[in-house]
Amino acid sequence: MSQVMRPGKRFIVSSVSSDAHMWNLVFLQLLLEEHGAEVNNLGACVPDELIIDECLSTRPDALILSTVNGHGHLDGLRLIRKIRSEPALEDLRVVIGGKLGVRGAENIVYAEELALNGFDAVFEAGSGIERFEEFLGALESGPSRARPALAPVGAAA
Amino acid sequence: MSALARPGAGPAPATRGVPPQGRFSSYVHRSAAAGRLAVQPRMGFADLATMREGLREVRDADATSIGTITLDSYTRVNDHDSARAALRTGAELNGFPLVAHGERATRELLESVSGRDFPVQVRHGSALPQPLFRAMVAAGVDATEGGPVSYCLPYSRAPIAKAVSAWAECCELIAEQPDPMHLESFGGCMLGQLCPPSLLVALSVLETLFFREHGLHSISLSYAQQTHPGQDLEALAALRRLGGERLSGADWHVVLYTYMGVFPRTPIGSFRILEESVRLAVRSGTERLIVKTPAEAYRIPTIAENVNALEFAESIAEDEAAREPSFEATDTGIYEEARLLVDSTLELAPTVGEALVKAFSRGHLDVPFCLHQDNANKSRAYVDPRGMLRWAEPGRMPLNVKDFDARRPVSAQGLLGMLGFNERRFDREQLTRVHSRELLVGSGPRSLS
Repeated sequence: MSQVMRPGKRFIVSSVSSDAHMWNLVFLQLLLEEHGAEVNNLGACVPDELIIDECLSTRPDALILSTVNGHGHLDGLRLIRKIRSEPALEDLRVVIGGKLGVRGAENIVYAEELALNGFDAVFEAGSGIERFEEFLGALESGPSRARPALAPVGAAA
Repeated sequence: MSALARPGAGPAPATRGVPPQGRFSSYVHRSAAAGRLAVQPRMGFADLATMREGLREVRDADATSIGTITLDSYTRVNDHDSARAALRTGAELNGFPLVAHGERATRELLESVSGRDFPVQVRHGSALPQPLFRAMVAAGVDATEGGPVSYCLPYSRAPIAKAVSAWAECCELIAEQPDPMHLESFGGCMLGQLCPPSLLVALSVLETLFFREHGLHSISLSYAQQTHPGQDLEALAALRRLGGERLSGADWHVVLYTYMGVFPRTPIGSFRILEESVRLAVRSGTERLIVKTPAEAYRIPTIAENVNALEFAESIAEDEAAREPSFEATDTGIYEEARLLVDSTLELAPTVGEALVKAFSRGHLDVPFCLHQDNANKSRAYVDPRGMLRWAEPGRMPLNVKDFDARRPVSAQGLLGMLGFNERRFDREQLTRVHSRELLVGSGPRSLS
């Protein structure tokens, strides 16, 4: 990656509740570990409450969600609303990536809604790993989250 | 459908002496005796009319076909309310919601298409399938599949001990019936790729032993095509030999799955990987094959795409039966390794179910890369330069891994390369040809041959 992430960052990697795919999560863990990060990989089909509990108890530098079954725009939206309604997780960096819908290249239509509801970044499959690596590099540049000011935190939770 | 002899093809079914039980197994054995490979799609639609049409077209295909009803994700995780809601609103489901449709509608569907010459299997993916099994038994389903390990570790967060008791209950429910369903182990698949053959063979044998322990007599062993046809041939021979040794008194056969990992993206590449799996099935004496279609890399296939794949498989099976072998089995000790894993696991406890729970908790069985909380995830596998799938790191499994060179961590990029091995293997020729054709077009009209 162009910007090098400082070692020792801690990440939670997880799927969403309805997605049983595993190889995407194995890949992300290896990628993050190669950059010196510590990864808590929650695996496939993770209930929202378990993800939230893990974030509350271990306070990672970021939560990385990956999903490829096409339900990401539904499960991800529900999950981020719950996360942002937890006062302690309002500022947690949370990103989602993968195949977010079943419309192929048109899945990009979901990105805006997901971002407006509290994701710090949305990576649709095909956008390339470089954008994700840029996000990791940018983790160095301070605590401020780049979430749009109009994001309705917890509004629909 | 032509009856053909199968000269030079694999060994005869090893179940002589035990008459087939039920119409699913009877059909498979009758086809095998006539020298025909039984072929089956992966197919499921939400509404009854489309599902019925799909089954009818599979039945009428020019192939020795068996019907499949693949269930949707909500039914798999016992979220039957969401499946019912989707049926009410017409929302798309990725399969047939059997419990939501109910036993009566399912029975009527089956009675309208299935029969002695067209049995139907339900494929699901459920780790805790009691409601589903009750509905299938009530609806008179011919056959189903899964297992306490193969449907728990890759697809569920349920503890393996809970899956073991759920599957014990389900097996006993089947066994109590006057005409018990056939049950296939899905143990030969495990994450679809990068699980070495000896562990696939061992898990399939262990799951069928578990089915036997809970009273079932009509069962099948499975194996999924991996990265090297010679190695797969060796694995299928090991599976058949262990089946012959351990399943005496049962009515059993072997089912092969066309590759379950990252699929080729070109139509020709995907027909070529299907072709290799058909040749592998015929050459190994495998009785049944579950096919895939060229749509696989992109979306759920249509009825017509499934029928095409079945008819293509039938024609390749006839071709393979009539020709000399094009590949040989390797000799890498898969049988010995699988037997060691089976025997040493069974020694851990008095029952197969308890032995499986104990083996995974100790890392004595360990599926490479599998993130389930009850899997040790210390073992690693790799694809070697000849395309064979091998152990890089055995973890705490009782394996003698000599290849210490391979004991290095897998990189993220390396993992992607291994996951895409078959995609490249079968697409490369096609993409290269396209590339050279483009070059030729640029240089004026010439023969491509």
